[in-house]
Amino acid sequence: MNTFVQRFSTTGALSEARKAKALAADDEEFSDAAWGSEAGFGNIANGVPTFAVPAVPDPSAFLRLHTDDHADPSCRIKIQHGTTTLAFRYKGGVIVAVDSRATAGSYIASGTVKKVIEINPYLLGTMAGGAADCQYWETYLGIHCRLHELRNRERISVSAASKYLSNLVYSYKGMGLSMGTMICGWDKTGPAVFYVDSDGTRLKGDLFSVGSGSTHAYGVLDQGYHWDLSDEEAQELGRRSIYAAGHRDAFSGNTCNLYHIKQDGWHFLGNFDISKMHYEGPGDVPGSFGKGYGYDIRVEGRSSANPPPAAPTTTVTA
Amino acid sequence: METSFAITGKGYVIVAADTTAARSIVKMKTDEDKIKTLSEHLVMAYSGEPGDTLQFAEYVSRNIRLYAIRNLYALRPAAAAAWIRRALATSLRSRKPYSVNLLLGGYDETEHAPKLYWVDYLGTMDEVPFAAHGYGSYFALSLLDRYHDPSASLEEGLATLKRCIDEVSKRLVVSPGTYKVKIVDKDGVREVEL
Repeated sequence: MNTFVQRFSTTGALSEARKAKALAADDEEFSDAAWGSEAGFGNIANGVPTFAVPAVPDPSAFLRLHTDDHADPSCRIKIQHGTTTLAFRYKGGVIVAVDSRATAGSYIASGTVKKVIEINPYLLGTMAGGAADCQYWETYLGIHCRLHELRNRERISVSAASKYLSNLVYSYKGMGLSMGTMICGWDKTGPAVFYVDSDGTRLKGDLFSVGSGSTHAYGVLDQGYHWDLSDEEAQELGRRSIYAAGHRDAFSGNTCNLYHIKQDGWHFLGNFDISKMHYEGPGDVPGSFGKGYGYDIRVEGRSSANPPPAAPTTTVTA
Repeated sequence: METSFAITGKGYVIVAADTTAARSIVKMKTDEDKIKTLSEHLVMAYSGEPGDTLQFAEYVSRNIRLYAIRNLYALRPAAAAAWIRRALATSLRSRKPYSVNLLLGGYDETEHAPKLYWVDYLGTMDEVPFAAHGYGSYFALSLLDRYHDPSASLEEGLATLKRCIDEVSKRLVVSPGTYKVKIVDKDGVREVEL
């Protein structure tokens, strides 16, 4: 009886040992075969997790066959591609702004997608490309950021977190992952933004925009950007740039989600309707001019016509 | 890649086009003028299929000139634009259509107003306050949505154009190096260095 109780109890030495064993087995998931040595990287150099793949001779060809392809619009699985996301670093922290449209081919599958993934209170990830890929791997990244904290009694740096993701997606290169993401946060070094994509590219930078609407966003963002922006100006610039992309790019739109990362972590500033911003502006928020962003609204009453001054009318007095 | 912009302002229209003539991956010429002066108050920036562009531009310019000689007055911008669009639309349904995209900038002396028409090779035409063709348009149009002012002075207009050119140089991988810039206003057509 005693052994029976022990076996199924959740406390006690035996069950603790069993839990430890299970934890160790979890760690076995990580094959360190890819790494010559841990080179002082400790726990993050445990290689990458192995992953079950479809039981077919060529898994990536199998995936390609059934996913969105220019050649085959009638494919079984359609991956979300069109998006606009942006993030920039400035003296007051990091601004992260994204749209909320999900498209499957020419169909708007959703207008209320959360494209910012809250990894932890100091880290945000943006989502462009395959929605499932981004959501799954960035959540997974969040797990490992937390494990890093527990193991090292210290928050993971933005650089390390982004490198973890970059190494992870690189190990799947050629197998059909599709993601373009910005890992943003505040660590010991201050505000930081890293661009990571499924090709394995990882770039540190001040300003990035990713997705089909990125060119339109860049047009506004680049021209309004400088390091010494005030918080209000920076928030307005992020919002205005997503509006520009939502307005010009058919695959972006609906609403804009805005985040600000400061020393004390990220803050969600709100969800802004792009049509509403077009006609009425973003509403009563810091940085707002209280006027619609739309061209016709902005230039109302102004004209390019240049009529010559009317000839002075001379009145003859008797 | 070929890029052209045009913006209107208080009493003028500025038309800018890059000056590269490329074949495959090679720049064959870097000072090609791709803006034709069609009449005293009308210019046309053209881009598209090499060969078609120049042939079509010449065809248009001769016919606009012929009209002025026959009738002793030139077509107004709206009428010239309509004629040019029709020429493209007719060509589209022929055996060998012209693949040419145009920006028509003119000054209407009767209305005392600048006119700008965006025309593509399919025969689509629209009168617009600002316009762009080519890959540059992906960057410039959102920028102009934000910064264009129809009542801007010439200096302000040129500054806005400079923003467009700088943005395209900054972000476009295959960005053109130099642009030719022409202004049309009540005094006619003139070229400026940026």
